[in-house]
Amino acid sequence: MPDAGYIAAALAIGVAITVALRAIPFGMKALVRESALLHDLGRWMPLGAVTILAVYGLATIDFAGGQHGVPEGAGVMVTIAFHVWRRNAVLSIAAGTAVCLVLANLAL
Amino acid sequence: MNDSAGEARSDLVVAARETGVIWLGLFALGIGFGVLVTSHGFPWWLAPVISAVMFAGSVEFILVGMLAAGAPLAAVALTTFLVNARHLFYGLSFPLHRVRGRLRKAYSVFALCDEAFALIASKNPDTLTSGRILWTQLGLHASWASGALAGGLVGATLLGGLKGMGFLLTALFVVLTIDAFRENPDKLTAALAGGAGLLALALTPGSMLLVALSALSLAFVARHSLNRRSRHCRGTNRAAHNA
Repeated sequence: MPDAGYIAAALAIGVAITVALRAIPFGMKALVRESALLHDLGRWMPLGAVTILAVYGLATIDFAGGQHGVPEGAGVMVTIAFHVWRRNAVLSIAAGTAVCLVLANLAL
Repeated sequence: MNDSAGEARSDLVVAARETGVIWLGLFALGIGFGVLVTSHGFPWWLAPVISAVMFAGSVEFILVGMLAAGAPLAAVALTTFLVNARHLFYGLSFPLHRVRGRLRKAYSVFALCDEAFALIASKNPDTLTSGRILWTQLGLHASWASGALAGGLVGATLLGGLKGMGFLLTALFVVLTIDAFRENPDKLTAALAGGAGLLALALTPGSMLLVALSALSLAFVARHSLNRRSRHCRGTNRAAHNA
């Protein structure tokens, strides 16, 4: 395990940046409202950022490993299917993760 | 005195009724986070500490991996900035003016995670009370941190050998993407982001998020100026036509 000073420093940096990002727009609301570019970024970035996060998550699947990514692949399909069907985020995540865990630990 | 206590209780009841399912979901995700943290060899208390002081779900999952790998602090800073930069846009439509009191406003800004924004900014601000906003955020925060505590405790003892827990994060991102696309079915944005992600994976797999989010920002700036130029052209054409 890395030493405690490093973890504390990394956490402090992460918290400071996160809080600053959350606070800044309240301080410059008028300015941002007038900026057409920031307005467009505000419209596009929420979907853009989570799409990249999804690609990142999918890329962590290890297709070359012993199980060839089968548990995760099945989990993704179950997650999408549940989410298209029921639109309930908690249910979709729980169902997909359960399938992945069962396949990863028991079946194969 | 009695009145305000009664009002506070009813704010809590309304907040719990409207957002309690998401509290449960965050508690469950928090368990996953706690298990993930201990599976990296960290002590049981680290997950609830991170979740309590940071309260930013997706970046916490990513940070744990970076901490375990001993990533440089500059990389931690840049990743946090780029992954959480979307929060810059939350403040623009979050009804902070409905929250009373400086300390409460400060807490409300601190606890402005994705879920808090989605649950609160989607409501008509005139129907929101200070108490409802704060209870919603406190409920999310407490669920996330207590889930991480439970996961840390359970993970350290029972689930140490469990494989595939990191999948929870992938499932979360997939679900958030589907929700974001439903909210704003903008195919060009999704295509640009998917392309940026794949390109970054191919070119710089070690710093995929940094490169992908930076490339996407540049693509959006280009898209913005192209839109403006074409709008401008249409405008001048129309002006010429009218003349």
